[in-house]
Amino acid sequence: MGKYSVIGKRVPRIDAKEKVMGQAKYAADYSLADMLWCKVARAPFAHAKILNIDTSKAERLPGVKAVITGKDFNGWTWGFMATTRDEPPLAVDKVRYLHEGVAAVAAIDEDIAEEACELIKVDYEELPGVFDPEEAMKPGAPVIHAYRPNNVSVEYHWNFGDVEKAFAESYLIREDRFETGRVVTGFLEPPASLAYYDPSGYITVWPAKQSPYFHYRHLAGCFRLPLSKIRVIQPYIGGGFGGTKNDSVAGDLCTVMLSKKTGKPVKFIYTMQEVLTTCRRRHNMTIYNKMGMTKDGILTAVESRVIGHGGAYTAIGPLTMFLTGYGTPVPYKLPNYKYDCWRVFTNNPVSAAMRGHGFTHTRFACDAQMGMMAEELGIDPVEIKMRNAIDNPKPGEVYKAVTGFKVKTCGIKEALKAVTEDTIWADRDKMPRQEGPVSYGVGLSGTAYHGGARQLGHQSCAATIRICEDGTVNLITGATDCGQGSDTVLAMIAAEELGVRYEDISIKRVDTAYTPVDPGSYGSRVTLLAGQATQFAARDAKKQLLEAGAKAWKVKPDDIEIRNAVVSLKTNPEKQMSFEKLTKIACYEGAGAVILGRGHSDYGIDEPLDFDHGTGEGGINFSFTAQTVRLGVDMETGKIDVHDFIIAHDAGVPLHPVSVESQNEGGAIQGLGQAIYECFVMEKGKTHNSTLLDYKMPRSTDVPDIKVIDIITNDPDGPFGAKEASEGSHVSTPPAVIDALHSATGVWFKELPVTPEKIVKALKEQGKWMK
Amino acid sequence: MKEIMLNVNGNEHTLQVKPWATLLDVIREDIGLTGAKEGCGEGECGACTVIMDGVAVNACLILAVEANGKHITTIEGLADGEKLHPIQQAFVDIGGLQCGFCTPGMILSAKILLDKNQDPTDEEIRKGLEGNFCRCTGYTKIIQSIKAAAQMLKEGR
Repeated sequence: MGKYSVIGKRVPRIDAKEKVMGQAKYAADYSLADMLWCKVARAPFAHAKILNIDTSKAERLPGVKAVITGKDFNGWTWGFMATTRDEPPLAVDKVRYLHEGVAAVAAIDEDIAEEACELIKVDYEELPGVFDPEEAMKPGAPVIHAYRPNNVSVEYHWNFGDVEKAFAESYLIREDRFETGRVVTGFLEPPASLAYYDPSGYITVWPAKQSPYFHYRHLAGCFRLPLSKIRVIQPYIGGGFGGTKNDSVAGDLCTVMLSKKTGKPVKFIYTMQEVLTTCRRRHNMTIYNKMGMTKDGILTAVESRVIGHGGAYTAIGPLTMFLTGYGTPVPYKLPNYKYDCWRVFTNNPVSAAMRGHGFTHTRFACDAQMGMMAEELGIDPVEIKMRNAIDNPKPGEVYKAVTGFKVKTCGIKEALKAVTEDTIWADRDKMPRQEGPVSYGVGLSGTAYHGGARQLGHQSCAATIRICEDGTVNLITGATDCGQGSDTVLAMIAAEELGVRYEDISIKRVDTAYTPVDPGSYGSRVTLLAGQATQFAARDAKKQLLEAGAKAWKVKPDDIEIRNAVVSLKTNPEKQMSFEKLTKIACYEGAGAVILGRGHSDYGIDEPLDFDHGTGEGGINFSFTAQTVRLGVDMETGKIDVHDFIIAHDAGVPLHPVSVESQNEGGAIQGLGQAIYECFVMEKGKTHNSTLLDYKMPRSTDVPDIKVIDIITNDPDGPFGAKEASEGSHVSTPPAVIDALHSATGVWFKELPVTPEKIVKALKEQGKWMK
Repeated sequence: MKEIMLNVNGNEHTLQVKPWATLLDVIREDIGLTGAKEGCGEGECGACTVIMDGVAVNACLILAVEANGKHITTIEGLADGEKLHPIQQAFVDIGGLQCGFCTPGMILSAKILLDKNQDPTDEEIRKGLEGNFCRCTGYTKIIQSIKAAAQMLKEGR
């Protein structure tokens, strides 16, 4: 990495000082004078007709300034696609999940707003509910949306190659049923927003959003205003991980409506209970997976039938179901592939995107099944992965998946080699296998994730570089750092391209009145796409500066080099001036000039996505991850202690190694939660574990030691060769844990999360329980 | 309303509070210090951690009236003007944060841990942070930051 001055360096995060001093302001930290508080009144039934809403008592409560119901939104609904916009801000004719919003109050304080919610009288006619997706698909099941009388919100049927022929010719076929858990993203900062609908008809909001421009479009649609009148000012964001903070929530739209009605600023903050009972969750999925192999363990075909548990509305579901099928042809060569999926409505809270979107379900199923088949065939688990792994294409060449997408760089073989050469795997037989009741096991996975998610034109993004006359730089983008460190990485990219120091770059939060449109943080797109836009903007600004410098020195622009904020002549490096001096020349010479560089990302998507047929490119490149896990299982109680994670991740080139490591570590621990701890306990639409005490996410005492190994593949399509980092380790963790549990107990667990109860049950069934 | 006295970061405040207001409500809404965060509001996440008479507490679980007469340190009171406390500096240097929402509570819990134990092992650090939830980092860099801070404090930096 010697050729770079800033890229690859362990610089401090650009936002670190504000955050450690407690000065970073999040949505809940903003207030305005004369501000009102909003609370949402929620339904006590999972499925019920709304007959009447009487708000008169609530309106009479002293301190209450306005009460709204679903009807105030005049039939506006939202959703991912024009054909699936089925969700209203507040329920209008019926409620479809427990605690769905039915009305909202603005009052002078939070306590009065809450009290007023209790005074709203709603007459309901309870309807029979349906809570299991396979039940909901049966004829005669209660219908949740009239526009989908079979309760299927989305379905796709893809077929590549000749699966039937391939299975007929396979030496070994396995069919297994896998299940992934119903989990929450787990951000610590509950959704909140401060909203002001001013008398001139402009909306200004300070909301907790990882995709502020989606919210901006929702507000324009909902309030029938031009986009130029919507101003979203981005606070710091307390974690995102997809789903809820990519989207709008009832509170967001209600605060704006209440501000419109009262003429005052209105603020809401959800409680953690509202987060855990009403916000977006990951789809839990049932995966019927069929895999074929030759005698030598070479993959011949995969057929996946997937039932996605959608909950009450569609939200981003069409993309979830696409991505769940999209990731199956990587990281192993797959010649024949069939995918049938159904996303099903139930009377449960809404399912949506989460880190590792889609891929995590099918990669878990396929990787675990590959391990089972290796065992049946008597082939070493590393060897079977190596035999099937996609080779790293030579520069200029591509690997084309059976579905048509292209892979230009692939570090899976190198990653598998790195983790299996590490002592945790290499010396696993030298470590104790059993100590008292504890059985130890080491497991392995090899997975992939895509980055630079970009499907259509409206997901474009841009950057502006503004050169200040004192040699410092403002970087202006619409990209959102919700914690992942993208502001730091974008500033590093700007500094490297311009040839200035990292500390010369200033970057601020999104303000839709000034920053260019950007889709936000999801699909590991920010470093790659906003990064490329930043690179282009910096090149544009630099070109203008070099032209001014060339004129002053009477040379050609190409003759000049800028590095570490020093401008020099390539042929005579002794001839130098400071970057500050160059900016003054550029800004002040002649009639003067204002140096603005602009750029937008243009990584081509050669073939747009076709959701119905499974073809096209969902992003610009793929990351690859291999992981080993060492853990111990108490064979009496089923308790798992996880000791070590070794993660080898191909992020192309790690631009900011600290963030790449930290993202890998955090993604893996979130994956550990899904593998062994986390799951909503549901009964007839009711979430039983709706507090952080009962919904268990990993704590500092639960987590293993983690080692991250960088695999460098230098992708031609990422800025400075970069690919994604964070979703990859989230996807690789559950299958590695499952493999380690098998190594420790001899049992293949197929349903996540693998809780102590499931372990004890399985051990008892197999006569392995130790008492 | 009840009248209470609080010393927060060295400043005396006389406040009229609702009997059911929490210490966190009063610090954030009445005194206007927003560094302490509300995550869960029920003492599970530790984002509201402050130091009360030398003990790290969940400010969301303490009624303001119970804190009457106490000395409180919030994250805003840790640095010496522009100069960061060594724990804050270590979090910056090592990168012991991502979204930053848990960071104020994490740093104050770390302070109490290091006040009591100048040379903690990894296990002791993990135990000391048990009440502070982080979803972003996987804790690795937080633990490394606290080890680095312990070293800086020993060297008197």
